Amino acid sequence: MNEPVLLSVEDVSVDLPTPRGNLRAVDHVDLTIGAGRTLGVVGESGCGKTMLSRAILQLLPKKAKLSGRVMFDGQDLVRLDPERLRKLRGRSLAVVFQDPMTSLNPVLTIGTQLIETLQEHLELDLAAAKMRSIELLAAVGIPAPEQRLLQYPHQLSGGMRQRVAIAIALSCEPKLLIADEPTTALDVTIQAQILDLLAREQRRRHMAMIIITHDLGVVAGRTDEVAVMYAGRIVERAPTHDLFKKMRMPYTEALLAAIPKIDAAPHTPLPAISGRPPDPTRPIPGCSFSPRCRYTTELCRREKPPLAEAESPAHRFACFHPIGAAAVVPA
Amino acid sequence: MSELLSSASRDPLLRVDNLVVEYPVGGRVLHAVSGVSLEVARGETLGLVGESGCGKSTLGRAVLQLRRPTSGRVLFDGEDLTVMQGDALRKMRRRVQLIFQDPIASLNPRRRIGDIVAEPLVISGVKDPKQREQLVDDVLGEVGLDPAIVKGRLPHEFSGGQCQRICIARALVLNPEFIICDEPVSALDVSIRAQILNLLEDMKARFGLTLLFIAHDLAVVKAVSDRVAVMYLGRLCEVAPSQQLFANPAHPYTALLIEAIPVPDPDVRPAESVAVGEPPSPIAPPSGCRFRTRCPRADRRCADEMPELREVAPGQFAACHHPLIGTA
Repeated sequence: MNEPVLLSVEDVSVDLPTPRGNLRAVDHVDLTIGAGRTLGVVGESGCGKTMLSRAILQLLPKKAKLSGRVMFDGQDLVRLDPERLRKLRGRSLAVVFQDPMTSLNPVLTIGTQLIETLQEHLELDLAAAKMRSIELLAAVGIPAPEQRLLQYPHQLSGGMRQRVAIAIALSCEPKLLIADEPTTALDVTIQAQILDLLAREQRRRHMAMIIITHDLGVVAGRTDEVAVMYAGRIVERAPTHDLFKKMRMPYTEALLAAIPKIDAAPHTPLPAISGRPPDPTRPIPGCSFSPRCRYTTELCRREKPPLAEAESPAHRFACFHPIGAAAVVPA
Repeated sequence: MSELLSSASRDPLLRVDNLVVEYPVGGRVLHAVSGVSLEVARGETLGLVGESGCGKSTLGRAVLQLRRPTSGRVLFDGEDLTVMQGDALRKMRRRVQLIFQDPIASLNPRRRIGDIVAEPLVISGVKDPKQREQLVDDVLGEVGLDPAIVKGRLPHEFSGGQCQRICIARALVLNPEFIICDEPVSALDVSIRAQILNLLEDMKARFGLTLLFIAHDLAVVKAVSDRVAVMYLGRLCEVAPSQQLFANPAHPYTALLIEAIPVPDPDVRPAESVAVGEPPSPIAPPSGCRFRTRCPRADRRCADEMPELREVAPGQFAACHHPLIGTA
């Protein structure tokens, strides 16, 4: 199971200047992912998960300030020159965004966009690139792929557009695919199809994959590891099974409890998390979850808990009063 | 058909009878709602689920006459809204309110919260400003906002969850009997979603409301609904008490929707490719059963003959020639 490390995010922070002051979107994040492994990054809007993915891809807004290192396949992407970075992105480092309508070019046909990518990165001639495009569209489950090449994005449904975006992302056999909320804009039946497709291609190509989502349900059966983000930090990280079955961080517990259960009786009150995430331009001294946490003590308000090891080095959490520990006294 | 359904609800506050809504699209006809009948009993929450484009929002709007139906009747407390005009309709609408999906977009960005929540009172002729203010303060307090803090502010100063609270306050201020919630939580984060669902349940109990809860997320619908109606491409597939619908779905489409829900448990392996294909266009819906092009059980009969809703188990109605339960 110990695959060589493909990506390692080392002490990465991202700061964004805003009219209200500095906004720390990502706060000292460390992450690694092995070749062919899958990692889920889970958190609510504004927790920094998308900024983290943009930091990995080096696609941050111009004004953003990044510190730390992003080591991918032996190179530090932060210090890589733009030309080599461009070659890497789209080739060994690919991405699928939430809204395929904005990631596809609306005035170019599907064929042009696919063929262009293949010619650019793999230096195929037109005929070979066209052949390969048809194969790719068929592989992602698009019926009548030859005809689709001539169509524009608006002529396809949301699900089909996302399949095209996945085909483009897979076209150069990437080593790492980052899927940023790939199914959030889609209906539940289409979501299941797209998640199946991603899982199948990930296994078949032995590609590493990071799935970024706000839905714990999406990562549960489909990832090796999960990292939970809150207010810019990773607050718990564990092999997927441990995260769901032996969670330590109260935020993870609260996030899971807030999901309506399909087997609960109707009108069962949901254990909602009171309040809302802190304002990222006004950092608080202690644990950022402390204002909403039921286990909060004076210590939590004063100091930031470090990301510490649980039973195994693979399981880490940032909490002074973890679930399952003897000293927990619910408020 | 509605005679069959009435066994589930003795005293319907809302009764929709064979409702048809069609839109002209470039010389062709889009069949948004094609003969839907349903009833919502006083004090009941009826969930309405389906994928985008199935006609569930159009149905909600047609109930309120925001979109006039092509044919069919909408009886609210015994009166047919489809033939009502002007003042009579306006009066009736005080008793029926609507909450939309995007809480930020449904608040006027240039108006203060106090004015937004007071507006329904102004329109309905509450002339005394003191009385209006008192009603606004009360309702803001009910939805968990501090009137003194929020009234003078503008919508952009609030998060999505808080904006949805404001929308709920605005819907409640006229003391309505019936609220149509159209995807009220789908734009919200998991933690905030739970807060809003709990608030809706609270308000329902406190104000004695009847709800039509429209959403695409079955788990959310189940959490709040007494009965659930499943819609596909303009028609109802199944109507049943929520527990029963989830435990023993009768329509293959209901089963598909349930299987597609991502379960937050790593021990539950996601069912591989439960869902085949995508819904066809409502401009040219399939003949017979509209779900047949994606249905594993479809045969010749499904193409030739449109299945009617019929009772497959007590209180459970399905429009299917080959239901998963009951007699075929």
